[in-house]
Amino acid sequence: MEIDPFIFRLSIFILSIFIGYYVVWSVTPSLHTPLMSVTNAISSVIIVGAIIAALAGSSENVFSTSSIFGFIAIILAAVNIFGGFLVTQRMLQMYKKKKGKK
Amino acid sequence: MISANLSAIFYLISGILFILALRGLSSPDTSRQGNYFGIAGMIIAIVVTFLSVGNFSTSLVYVIIFLMIGGAIGAFIAFKIPMTAMPELVAGFHSLVGLAAVFVAIAAYLNPEAFNLGGIGSIKLASLIEMSIGAAVGAITFSGSIIAFLKLRGLMSGSPITFSGQHFLNLILGIAIFVLIFYLCKTQSDNIFWTLIAISFLVGVLLIIPIGGADMPVVISMLNSYSGWAAAGIGFTLENTALIITGALVGSSGAILSYIMCKAMNRSFVSVILGGFGAVNSLDDTKEKKDQKPVKSGNAEDAAFLMKNASSVIIVPGYGMAVAQAQHALREMVDKLKKNDIKVTYAIHPVAGRMPGHMNVLLAEANVPYDEVFELEDINNDFANSDVAFVIGANDVTNPVAKTDPKSPIFGMPVLDVEKCKSVLFVKRSLSPGYAGIDNELFYKDNTLMLFADAKKMTEDIVKNLD
Repeated sequence: MEIDPFIFRLSIFILSIFIGYYVVWSVTPSLHTPLMSVTNAISSVIIVGAIIAALAGSSENVFSTSSIFGFIAIILAAVNIFGGFLVTQRMLQMYKKKKGKK
Repeated sequence: MISANLSAIFYLISGILFILALRGLSSPDTSRQGNYFGIAGMIIAIVVTFLSVGNFSTSLVYVIIFLMIGGAIGAFIAFKIPMTAMPELVAGFHSLVGLAAVFVAIAAYLNPEAFNLGGIGSIKLASLIEMSIGAAVGAITFSGSIIAFLKLRGLMSGSPITFSGQHFLNLILGIAIFVLIFYLCKTQSDNIFWTLIAISFLVGVLLIIPIGGADMPVVISMLNSYSGWAAAGIGFTLENTALIITGALVGSSGAILSYIMCKAMNRSFVSVILGGFGAVNSLDDTKEKKDQKPVKSGNAEDAAFLMKNASSVIIVPGYGMAVAQAQHALREMVDKLKKNDIKVTYAIHPVAGRMPGHMNVLLAEANVPYDEVFELEDINNDFANSDVAFVIGANDVTNPVAKTDPKSPIFGMPVLDVEKCKSVLFVKRSLSPGYAGIDNELFYKDNTLMLFADAKKMTEDIVKNLD
């Protein structure tokens, strides 16, 4: 009997939860705010779904109801991707050691 | 156009880069590199998606335009936002992820062929379940985050909003979501799909309104977690490894943060979610006590004198410091103290502020080196050997009642042992109780000197007096 591909995806999902569990526990508490902003940025990888939906139209019919939802989702996710990574970067730049001070 | 297998491998790579991005955050030194890994993962995922769809018609132009518009808005916000507004920014961003998840689910529902999910009206059962879970969780994340944003931004009162039958209503709506998903799978009716999304929006609102301001660290972490599960749900629908891995990472990250926050308040996750904390405490009782007990209050001069003659000072910042934007003034004060050879460290309670790590970011912004900033368990023993504790904008997290009075609502919560210091300087605008609605015993201790003023103004005055 063949294994349903869904089971493979489920395996990836569950293993990733475990990876997430151990990786996040090792994050130093002082970086919990950047952790939230970066997780926020990476969860915007949902943009791949938005792109697929938006590209589904043909040249004659770029905007169907479905692709319009895709386009709006692209904007939302793009705000998050750029905003999330840049604000994380900005925060991380501020964390400095004693030696580095003027 | 690249093959599905090749693109799956690239999605896996981008998932791994996201894991490394989080891994980098284990220390500030590696964190910046981690962020670049994250960016690389995102670029790979987006480019691979373009290539795998392989549609280079006019649509692509629009996709890029919309991507740029969103990117420009995001970049603008990221550069403009003050660090004190970080909690509401994160809440706002969560709402966008949630809404994006809802829209992707809608798009997939309306045009299943584009996603290889079957035809309209005959979507594969598994896909339908996955996308409706993604849509429902996404909708809850969206509306919940909007409420959290409004509360944090002060556009909506931070106090809990409760009404009778609230939990019962939530329960009914929760059950309704499952019933609707069940019928959606049976009938594939559009109306059920829309009703499902509408009810999920409503649940998000109802879930967050009863939760008060200082419980926000839990709420933000929880919504962070939800946005991850929503992404994972959509990831299953799209059969996309990058999304599944990311969703799982973000989901567990948010869940762990919620757990840490709950533990730091010694409250169960359930009690936070049920809400209403701090709303119904007997205020009359505390008022009476206040009149009876004597309080020593002082001014900036006294505070400066005390600190000048100390050999070690521990600073305890809290939400009040963020509100007053006092972090830069505080740093100036600390610089002056250090010039006098006084050892200064910072003690941060896990729930100080409105989101996990809030105080650390503000201190970092004020150029406080991170190796002078300590977490509760690392510094709590030092209070006994220190001369002065300078409490600025924190309250409940210093209340010794948590250790002594089993009847107190915060009993058992880990607190900073501020009272063990030789003297305590407590900057606060008035004697009013903190978020938990209980009196802080610390105010009435012999070794406490209250400094009644705005945190920023008081700190600036102390700086002047240190010269």
